[in-house]
Amino acid sequence: MEVLLAFVVGILFACSIYLLLKKSLVRVVLGVLILSNAVNLLIFTLGRLTRGAPPLIASDASVAAAGIANPLPQALILTAIVIGFGLFAFTIVLIYRYYKETQNLESDKMMDAEIPYDKVALFSNEEGK
Amino acid sequence: MDHSLLVVLPILLPLLTGAVALIAHKSNVAQRWIGVGGTLIQLAAALLLFNEVWSGEIVVGQMGNWMAPFGITLVADLLGAVMVLITGIMGLAVCVYSLGDIDETREKFGYYPLLHILLMGVNGTFLTGDLFNMYVWFEVMLISSFVLLSLGNGKEQLDGAVKYVIINLFSSALFLAGIGILYGMTGTLNMADLAEKVHLIENTGLVTAVSVMFMISFGIKAAVFPLFFWLPASYHTPPIAISAIFAGLLTKVGVYVMLRMFTLVFVGDVGYTHTILLWVAGLTMITGVLGAAAQMEVRKILSFHIISQIGYMIMGLALYTPLAIVGSVFYIVHHIIVKTNLFLIAGVANKLVGSYDLYKMGGLYRYYPWLGILFLIPAFSLAGFPPLSGFWAKFTLLYAAIEIESWTILAVALVVGLLTLFSMTKIWTNAFWAPLPEGHEANTSDFRKRISGLHLFYLVAPIVLLALLTLTIGLNPQPFYDFSLKAAEQLLSRTEYIEAVLRP
Repeated sequence: MEVLLAFVVGILFACSIYLLLKKSLVRVVLGVLILSNAVNLLIFTLGRLTRGAPPLIASDASVAAAGIANPLPQALILTAIVIGFGLFAFTIVLIYRYYKETQNLESDKMMDAEIPYDKVALFSNEEGK
Repeated sequence: MDHSLLVVLPILLPLLTGAVALIAHKSNVAQRWIGVGGTLIQLAAALLLFNEVWSGEIVVGQMGNWMAPFGITLVADLLGAVMVLITGIMGLAVCVYSLGDIDETREKFGYYPLLHILLMGVNGTFLTGDLFNMYVWFEVMLISSFVLLSLGNGKEQLDGAVKYVIINLFSSALFLAGIGILYGMTGTLNMADLAEKVHLIENTGLVTAVSVMFMISFGIKAAVFPLFFWLPASYHTPPIAISAIFAGLLTKVGVYVMLRMFTLVFVGDVGYTHTILLWVAGLTMITGVLGAAAQMEVRKILSFHIISQIGYMIMGLALYTPLAIVGSVFYIVHHIIVKTNLFLIAGVANKLVGSYDLYKMGGLYRYYPWLGILFLIPAFSLAGFPPLSGFWAKFTLLYAAIEIESWTILAVALVVGLLTLFSMTKIWTNAFWAPLPEGHEANTSDFRKRISGLHLFYLVAPIVLLALLTLTIGLNPQPFYDFSLKAAEQLLSRTEYIEAVLRP
């Protein structure tokens, strides 16, 4: 099972990096989404896959019995999912706003915050008007 | 006062301020004064905490009384405490500056609450002793910085924000993956516990691989070579008060976590990791300063200088001698003050002549000599002129490099210092010394009276405060040096931190 999941995580990472390197911003956002899922699955796998009893302590004992499943990785993943979801929602809205503002979704053409080249290159007072 | 309360307050107070300011969202005036009041209280809390840590012991708080390493631990050692203190000072300075800088629309859409949540995230990162908790604080800091960066919806801002958001999400994912693998290997997330258990792992190659993952993730946040491209693409787009707090604090959070992790946890293979860091430091300095030399826009020049200065801090960590770490700590403290101040001054200059473009600026010294003096203090300090704070920081680092005969990095650091001076004189000659361009509207006298009275006070008071701090560190470096020495000792000995967390 670990081996299978390891491959799944690897493939997800590869997909997300492929998408992140694409020019279209929509694909980049999808890449971010897959990346966070890949990381969650990675944590899950590394937290050891045990088909154990639920991590509950019996009412008359002070420590849990042996063989329970480890609840911590799941708590971590739950937190990471919530954070990732929030950030993903924000990113979609941001890209949408950017598209509305500039009618552009190609990362190569994102030059609004850059200074035009001819202004940078020339050192004279006439430039930049 | 109870110890664990002291260490929680710098996190809770900004949250409370943000919430109260949000409740008062209908009145901009109320929001403003809640914001400023909140930073004052936060600064007081940070001072209390610093005082407690300075008087001798590491303050540890176990959240919910779950003993370490099982619960979440908040720790304030000397480095953490001073970072929280400096965050408090920057918060106050920028909040007062915002009164004169941030427009009403941004205030209405929650500028002050966001600023405080940002400060909460920053403080949380400095104080946490738990790796996963650190990730959460990173996210708190990031999400508020995303919103602050894009607040206003201008084309420029959205463009910068998209780049900033995507690269930071990638960095966070990498950080989280690193945490996952480290947890899988050691079964713990508590940093002090990790420090003890990482050495027991037999597969040292895997530990080194994970440490490089952390290095890349933190490197993106700290904007080191070759991961810095997002910074000059985005930091100049928002209003200058936001740029200033980002420039002062956010990249330094990256440097702080790097300093923490690579002195506490990842010290098993110093020869490998810290050699990478040394290369990174040198290249960061050079690319940053050359990037700045090519720019003619004040905010872009200053953004590139953040990068080159980050190189110095990483250099101290990479040399990894006691003196070098002293230099790093001193440098971070000095740099946050100076860099924020330079951005604030650039903002005032923009308000006075109506541009950030050096081609369109001029005449500032003629009409506003006081602004010239205020600019020279942080500018010369950044370049490392004696007797200002930057000189002592650079001197310590260079001395450390001489001590272990690391000549290449020494030469790089010296040349970069000189080139920094070149950029600062470029701003000085073009914006302050040169006459205003012909027919510039700022030549008219009514334009010059555009900001005055209380408005001017809000803008200039923080600048004067920060300049005074720079002067104090410069003219009387001994107490600050003593402090850095103690902080570096604590970082390098490690046992004090580990004992305080695990065996109180």
